[in-house]
Amino acid sequence: MTSVAPHCAPPAAPTEPVATPESVKAPEVSSWRLLATLGIAGAAAGLLVVAVYRATLPTIERYAAQKEAGAVREVLAAPARWDTVYLAKGALTKRVTADERKTLPHAYLGFDASGKPTGAAITAQEPGFQEEVLLMIGFEPASGRLIGFKVLDQKETPGLGDKIERDSSFGSQFAGRIAPLTGVKGRAPAGEHEVQTITGATISSRAVIRIIDHAIEQWQPLLVAYERRGGA
Amino acid sequence: MSTTVAPPRTAPVYEPPAPPATPAPDFIPGSPPPAPLWADTWRGISKENPVLVQMLGMCPTMAVTNVMANGIAMGLATTFVLVGSGLFVSLFRKYIAHEVRITSYILIIATFVTLADLLLAASFPEISKALGPFIPLIVANCLLLGRAEAFAAKVGPVRALADGLGMGLGFTLSLSAMSAIRELLGRGSLLGFDVMGPHWEPWVFMVLPPGGFFTLGLLLMTVAWVAELRRRRREAVA
Repeated sequence: MTSVAPHCAPPAAPTEPVATPESVKAPEVSSWRLLATLGIAGAAAGLLVVAVYRATLPTIERYAAQKEAGAVREVLAAPARWDTVYLAKGALTKRVTADERKTLPHAYLGFDASGKPTGAAITAQEPGFQEEVLLMIGFEPASGRLIGFKVLDQKETPGLGDKIERDSSFGSQFAGRIAPLTGVKGRAPAGEHEVQTITGATISSRAVIRIIDHAIEQWQPLLVAYERRGGA
Repeated sequence: MSTTVAPPRTAPVYEPPAPPATPAPDFIPGSPPPAPLWADTWRGISKENPVLVQMLGMCPTMAVTNVMANGIAMGLATTFVLVGSGLFVSLFRKYIAHEVRITSYILIIATFVTLADLLLAASFPEISKALGPFIPLIVANCLLLGRAEAFAAKVGPVRALADGLGMGLGFTLSLSAMSAIRELLGRGSLLGFDVMGPHWEPWVFMVLPPGGFFTLGLLLMTVAWVAELRRRRREAVA
């Protein structure tokens, strides 16, 4: 017998549940088992990650320290040794706790073999053409005369803006110049305040000059005051 | 008059199809058909290549293939995660409840991604820095979750390993090819060694993002063209 139910009629109550294939119906799993599965898996994963983190941390920190030491050596023209001073409460000091060492802004003071100060190295970061450009800058605090700079991190346009890092004729002209600097274009720089920008990387070159000017403006008085106090 | 009796006209006997062979006790619906191990591996490199055929993992494919070292490193890191997560997903497939399987797969994948990130930072700091956030982002690569759900969760650990290795190699080869083309034309070098000589004017365009789209388009076109040629040859033979 077939009967066509009118559309408006309520559907007949199903007499028996629709049979589902055995393979599709998964057995009911208790919430506790789900919790236990995820808990155990999470704990095992956490242990593994912590173990590898602890195993690799010394190597990763050693690379970072090596890189930093290499940069200091380069921008201070190979000092015999250097001290690290930290900016705490508006003045530079050597005496800080181990925790503060990781967070406070700091400068490196270079000395030659006879113990005479050769200059200070600082890091500074400001926007370039695309993203932040991170520089390490070496200069003589008393005169503001640059010793050199090194690009630690940049994401400028490959082939154009990244010449601030790769073009040695751009980087080398900063040694001996005195901040504040101006960038000149299309002619040889005249005087000790001018440097020539890179063709095709004018904005990135100007960003480098701006970062150096701002950093020296900010750090010079602090470093001079620190030296006047006799390095306390 | 013929005495032969015509055979009675009977309807063809309906033979019910043979009942399906009893599934193995651990049969899982949708599990891949059995295949030799070399086929499991070869599939990811050739006709189910993650980048050139399945179009998975396009984000790292575009982002890190500007120089060859980055492309290879990204491919190998992804292979490590594919093999590791495939193995563990397969080993624990009977203990992971259906309701929490995606969470569990992501947990396993994320663990291997973190390991890959730490090991890369400890062994190749320069490459690790160049790849930046794209190593942690392997977690979000559809390729990983796709292989865990579609393959590793339904086969034994050996087949899962073979598949992870094949998919990883396919990914690495695609990224290597892309980054080789882009580095050669965009910088005139391969793996950092000058190849094109000092008079080569680099096509800066190729190491910029548009060059990535352009190169991928060319590679996809080549793959589609070769597939079409082979299809025609098969039809001509048949």
